[in-house]
Amino acid sequence: MNFEIPKETSTGRVMKVTLGATSEQGGTRSHTVTIGGSTALPFHFFEGEHPHRPLIAMEVFDKVPVKYPEYLKEYYRDVIDNPGAMAKKCVEEFGAELISIRLEGTHPEKGNKSVEEAEEIVKQVLESVSVPIIITGHSHFEKINEVMKKICEMTAGENCLINYVETDNYKTIAAACLAYKHTLVAQSPIDVNLAKQLNILLTDMNFPPEKIVIDPLTGTLGYGLEYTYSIMERIRNDGLAGDKMLAFPMLINPGYESFRVKETRASEKDYPEWGNLEKRGAYWEIATSMSLLVAGAELLIMYHPQAVEVVKKKVQELHDSKKGT
Amino acid sequence: MALSGLEIFKLLPKTNCGDCGIPTCMAFAMKLAQKKAELSECPHASDEAKAILGAASEPPIRLVQIGGKNTLEVGNETVMFRHEKTFFHQTGIAIELRTSGGQKKLLSIIKEIEKHQVERVGEELKTDLFFITQDSQNKEDFLSAIKLAKQNSTKGIILDCSDKGVLKEGLGLLSDDRPAVLLRNALTEEDIELAKANQASLILTAKSYEELVKQTEKARSAGLNDLILNLESQDVGLQLQENTILRRSALNKNFKPFGYPLFSYIQAENDFELLAKASVFLCKYDSIIVLPEYDKAMLYSLFTLRQNIYSDPQKPIQVDPKVYPIGEPTSESPVFVTTNFSLTYFIVSGEIENSGISAHLVVADTEGQSVLTAWAAGKFVGEKIAKFIKDIKFEQQVKTRKIVIPGFVSQISGDLEDHLPGWEVIVGCQEASDIPSFVKNVDLT
Repeated sequence: MNFEIPKETSTGRVMKVTLGATSEQGGTRSHTVTIGGSTALPFHFFEGEHPHRPLIAMEVFDKVPVKYPEYLKEYYRDVIDNPGAMAKKCVEEFGAELISIRLEGTHPEKGNKSVEEAEEIVKQVLESVSVPIIITGHSHFEKINEVMKKICEMTAGENCLINYVETDNYKTIAAACLAYKHTLVAQSPIDVNLAKQLNILLTDMNFPPEKIVIDPLTGTLGYGLEYTYSIMERIRNDGLAGDKMLAFPMLINPGYESFRVKETRASEKDYPEWGNLEKRGAYWEIATSMSLLVAGAELLIMYHPQAVEVVKKKVQELHDSKKGT
Repeated sequence: MALSGLEIFKLLPKTNCGDCGIPTCMAFAMKLAQKKAELSECPHASDEAKAILGAASEPPIRLVQIGGKNTLEVGNETVMFRHEKTFFHQTGIAIELRTSGGQKKLLSIIKEIEKHQVERVGEELKTDLFFITQDSQNKEDFLSAIKLAKQNSTKGIILDCSDKGVLKEGLGLLSDDRPAVLLRNALTEEDIELAKANQASLILTAKSYEELVKQTEKARSAGLNDLILNLESQDVGLQLQENTILRRSALNKNFKPFGYPLFSYIQAENDFELLAKASVFLCKYDSIIVLPEYDKAMLYSLFTLRQNIYSDPQKPIQVDPKVYPIGEPTSESPVFVTTNFSLTYFIVSGEIENSGISAHLVVADTEGQSVLTAWAAGKFVGEKIAKFIKDIKFEQQVKTRKIVIPGFVSQISGDLEDHLPGWEVIVGCQEASDIPSFVKNVDLT
């Protein structure tokens, strides 16, 4: 029996999105990075193009998350309270390709830090690393709008990835992104139609489609991963089939979501069947990342240095094999 | 590939004899197409009709069974993406046993693996198979490993042994156990005889699609159909594409030589890479993966991933409806109520835990629906919640008389108070992530 490779060609192409800006482009980054541009399902080189491989960002904080595990702190001992130094370590020692600055401490109930404090932290990170930057916010609309407006203005021209807006709160932040030339994350709660709707709202206010990244909302391993996985597969399938309002690169948060669940924090003494805690923590983030990569993730914000190393290496292997025949 | 009624009709005698119990051949053909009748009901069907209809009714990916007492079923998948329907038979996880380590060591590891299981969302998660490799010169080591596994476990067994004489003896020990054999080289007549004599499944290995076609066709023409495919890849990127191509050929092109479950022996430089690769192939189409070592933390991650990916997207996963203690609650601790959709339970219990307080979490039976869906369907309303609380005699267990309901269903608070005399209903926050600040600002006891 003669065998022929069954290829499926797509009419759509995932939008190419570039992050960061060099001095010539009005920013201060040493280089820019680009994600997206695929014309086939993830890593299917036998039936399409993938001009850009997925990228790994790591995250620093204005306030260390309450549940951030001790064994992770070990990696950052002297820099955990110094976002600039922590960012430098993430880039230089752990290979982060972008840095996300999580400004959760500005949430009125989680520290209520001022806009000025947030600006100071972003400034520190911009000065200590030269990779493109992600600014990650929270769900307190009033406060985050105020914070993001100022940060967008202060970092004008840097083409930061402003993370995130949602259907109930997008206008202020999207307008600031537009005015100061940043890229935007459109977050929707694990739902294809809501993801599409938000992208339509954004493009209706003339937000350029090449400046949108989708966050389908990450459910980590054991906490809704299957929903995120399938929504991402559906978004990518529809995008490749020609639905332009779904043909955007996708961002996921395996770090933040993995390191706040019990499975990455409970000791082996309490749960002997769960095995060694430190390995389990890295495994949890790796399994979440790898499964969502094959579902279509292009930008991952990660926490565990060992998980980052392995996932980055596997992404390169998945991307560099290039052929399927 | 299913045939239409008309296509089937063309294969029938067209005599309208009625011997099948149905007046006309056309009506019988329609019933066959709808799978409401069997071809064997027609006493006059030609051999050609039997062959064609038989092949058409075969599943596109064969169901293969390994193991006697504790049978693992793999294959019989019908879709490329779980959201199209579901993945039916979850990936079997095998742990490799090396025979050179000595009997004592082997026995203790077999016993430990046999005992190892983890409960998650009401399911007992465990490994499925032993993969026994002959890696010592002494054939007795291999045979005694098989005996030890058989005596101390009910898991199915895959044998990996290049010496055909030793393999034959090994298979002889597993005559009622439906073993599988990994063939690392091209299929021979001897392999075919061995498989037939011992009712063993064969895992066929090849380095290219063409070679794999040759092997499966040879096995099929010898009458062997319990096959598993091991297409050896140079790297993870190629294997992801090859696994997709094999599955797509079987499902979308009905390409019979590839209509079998897929197998991988996972190799990597370290544990983290091992898990990374296993995760990719668990999602993308391997039906059996062999891990070269036993690592509880890795298994727990893989079990959880398998449970997630192989859950039925149309059926929400449920947790048992009951009262769950969060922290170490006393009879005076706060009381929360939510639904038994597993995700809702996980998120709410996690956030109550985050808040640092101890509490009772009443998980009502909403047939696995989330808060708003269950409310809209009338399953999460005052009367039902009150009945559940009374049925489980919760009022006798606590002194607390305040109960927190999810903010999204504030409208049920009056109804719940009516059906639960003596209780004060507190409307909680809408988002679980706000629970930590909610408990700080509201008096719950």
